[in-house]
Parts: sequence; C-alpha cells; structure tokens
Amino acid sequence: MIDVKITSDNLDVTACISSVMLPHSGGIDVFIGTVRNETKGKKVVRLEFEAYEPMAVKEMNKIALDVFSKWPVQKILIHHRTGVLEVGEIPVVIAVSAAHRAAAFDACRYIIDTLKQTVPIWKKEVFEDGEIWVAAHP
Amino acid sequence: MVVSILGFGAVKEIFGGDVIAVEISEGVAADDLRNILLLQYPRLNQLTSFMIAVNSEYAQGNTVIVSGDEVALIPPVSGG
Repeated sequence: MIDVKITSDNLDVTACISSVMLPHSGGIDVFIGTVRNETKGKKVVRLEFEAYEPMAVKEMNKIALDVFSKWPVQKILIHHRTGVLEVGEIPVVIAVSAAHRAAAFDACRYIIDTLKQTVPIWKKEVFEDGEIWVAAHP
Repeated sequence: MVVSILGFGAVKEIFGGDVIAVEISEGVAADDLRNILLLQYPRLNQLTSFMIAVNSEYAQGNTVIVSGDEVALIPPVSGG
C-alpha cells in the first residue's frame, strides 16, 4: 500500500503514522524533515518549495514500488509540502511499516535518500540578504 | 511545430516565467532540444546540470519530441 502526496497544507505527523499502522505491523520507521535555521553558518529566514506535481507524484510512486521489491515492508507514506515554510516547520514526512524493524529502517532511509536525488521538488533558501535555489549552481 | 516547455526553480528565473514556447522541427530529440535551449538561454550553462522531462518522465537523449508532448526542464532537484 502506497500513500503519496504533494500538498501546500501542514503535514500532520500523527496522522501520517496512523496511516501506515496495520494490525500485523511490528514497527514503524518515520523520517521527519524540518526547516533548519542556518546553512553553512548563514542564517536562514525561510524556505520556499515548489514541485512539478504530476511528475513528483509519479517519481515518489516509483520509489515506493522499488522499495516493495527490495524489502518486506507493509505500507509506505511519502508526503511533501510546497510553498513557504518557516524555521521548524515540516517539509517532508516518510513513514514505513513492516513486521520487523530492520526492513522499516532500511526502507525509510532509502526513500529519503532517493527522493533527494530523483523527485522534481526544489527548495529556495531565503537569507536576510538574498536567496538561492539549493544545488542549482556549482 | 511549437512546443511549450515548463521551467521550475532556477530555470523559471532563467526563462523569466513558468513556461516558454520554442519553435522546433519534426524529429528533434531531447538532446537536440537541450542544445537549442542552451543557445537561446545561455544562462542555462551556469546550472550544475539539468534534465529534460517528456510527459512527466525523465527523457533519454534520443527521445523524440512530438507535437502535444508536455516538456519540462528539470534543474538539480533539492526536495526533502
């Protein structure tokens, strides 16, 4: 089972966890991304996320299907926010349930690592004196 | 034919908007389109890299663009 979403609404971590919890689950691994207040020593005021939504959803589904072929997990949730996020807010939640913890840990890490490489979502860091699209320029 | 090309993130700023229209001939592939765009928008050279997506899938260099395709330029992604 796969629950993938791009949304401009707040992410509800408790609801995300409930969504993947099944009667035969033995554990749930959760990754919560949060907006950090600095990058390389520079104060970050806010982040702005944008997504190529139809493709981002497709790519997130591909990651989830890939995970099901690699690990014995039960349900996968990948929710990502768009829009303006302040320090401490949550841009991404990944939750994975499995009968046993090893698969849930491995799958969760694989999902966030792969999402950062393939899913068409972009983050702009806004500083007090300027802004940059992260990773866009060498 | 004219194709619309969606831009995101840093590409949107280089295009000066969400979408541009480019005249290309029949049979042009993704790699050809890359070269056409690099000529028309030289600032694309300043990006670390960019991918071309056709119909919301990453395209191979030899993927031919046909009329009605949804084409997008994908600068380095940075979600999460």
